[in-house]
Amino acid sequence: MARKLGSQTYTLDNQVVILAGAAIVGKKEGDGPLARYFDNIVDDEYAGEKTFEAAESRILRDTYVKLLEKSGKAATDINFVLSGDLLDQCTAASYAFRDANIPYFGLFGACSTMSEALVLAALLIDSGAADNIVCAASSHFCSAERQFRFPLEYGSQRTPTSQWTVTGAGAVLLSNQGQGPRITSVTPGKIIDEGIKDANNMGAAMAPAAADTIMAHLRDTGRTCDDYDLILTGDLGSFGSTMLRELLKRNNIDLKDKHNDCGTMIFDLNRQDVVCGGSGCGCSASVLSAYILEQFSQGLLNRILFVATGALLSPTRMQQGETIPGIAHAVCIEA
Amino acid sequence: MVDVLKAFLLGGLICVIGQLLIDLTKLTPARIMVCYVVTGVILGFFGLYQPLVEWGGAGATIPLTGFGNILAKGIIKKVNEEGLLGAFAGGIEAAAVGITAAIVFGYIMAIISKPKIKS
Repeated sequence: MARKLGSQTYTLDNQVVILAGAAIVGKKEGDGPLARYFDNIVDDEYAGEKTFEAAESRILRDTYVKLLEKSGKAATDINFVLSGDLLDQCTAASYAFRDANIPYFGLFGACSTMSEALVLAALLIDSGAADNIVCAASSHFCSAERQFRFPLEYGSQRTPTSQWTVTGAGAVLLSNQGQGPRITSVTPGKIIDEGIKDANNMGAAMAPAAADTIMAHLRDTGRTCDDYDLILTGDLGSFGSTMLRELLKRNNIDLKDKHNDCGTMIFDLNRQDVVCGGSGCGCSASVLSAYILEQFSQGLLNRILFVATGALLSPTRMQQGETIPGIAHAVCIEA
Repeated sequence: MVDVLKAFLLGGLICVIGQLLIDLTKLTPARIMVCYVVTGVILGFFGLYQPLVEWGGAGATIPLTGFGNILAKGIIKKVNEEGLLGAFAGGIEAAAVGITAAIVFGYIMAIISKPKIKS
């Protein structure tokens, strides 16, 4: 059973292995620097479906099928699917897994969904309640535009926003046995709201949450940044990353060259016209499932802290003048 | 040819203002469009928009400010003819062609085209 460490960290007693990962992304992501790590690149934003929402479900479903294929597991071996996305009612995930015939939990953690799923799955496996769990998350530029801004059909002139929603899905299979990097501890995050109101500046809304969770993890474990090869945040973007660095510095934590951000890794910021980087559940999920797991298998990483970050805003509450609550969950992954 | 150039210059100028509002302020596109219509109504009411229409033709009538101008003109005309009740009927009456055209052509385009990411 997991043991509580300090205020909010849990160390796992039993083995929780990331057995395999799979990621499928859209065309723009397939044009980015991580292209060769993804399992498939879908050029058509409809992915052969009639609507963007159906396309997102299709990409998520295909990623899950690819994951099973790569892991060598059958659907009947899987105890639970933990999955989520950015749409109302977790639509993309619910429809992606409606024919999967596996017990399913729909999660909403905005862009932090992947780490939320990993935290819960790791605790479930450690407790002995499950042998194999699939954690998956997706986002789609076009469905997110409809959800949070304007539907593409409306043809609105797009406000130059700082971040670009990633089209893609990532999935990993956690197991209590097998070969692969292990999850050794998890730090669930608290909701932090520093009063940011600008929905085009979600990096600033999420950075305080990321800082809070990272500080809690280091404090609880008694470690420093030097104990990690990489502290990987979800989708703070370039502006949010600078802010995280500043916030931690104020608390005497120096990230040095240990930090990177999935949002700035998945796109070439100079070439791809995305201003601050990528965002969306699919961003950190696909970067982790493809690139990071590959780095582990090549022996280039020994211990990382994966901290996917989420801006828990709703368009309705934003129109009512509310601020943006941020969240970040941390997962320690070791070779 | 001179008319075309004038229409291009005036229409372009009105659109540049809109682009600057998108780039430099936090106004949403919907708010900017409403501002344009209201501005057109106010300018039209004071008779300040008509000179622009006469100089720039379609450059002034096509943008949303032109729609506001038509609303104002229609209301003034109807109020003069029928009294205060004209304030409720005049605007929509005068803008009927524009409104119906927007619905009809919008519907047709929605049927024959599919939205995509701008490449």
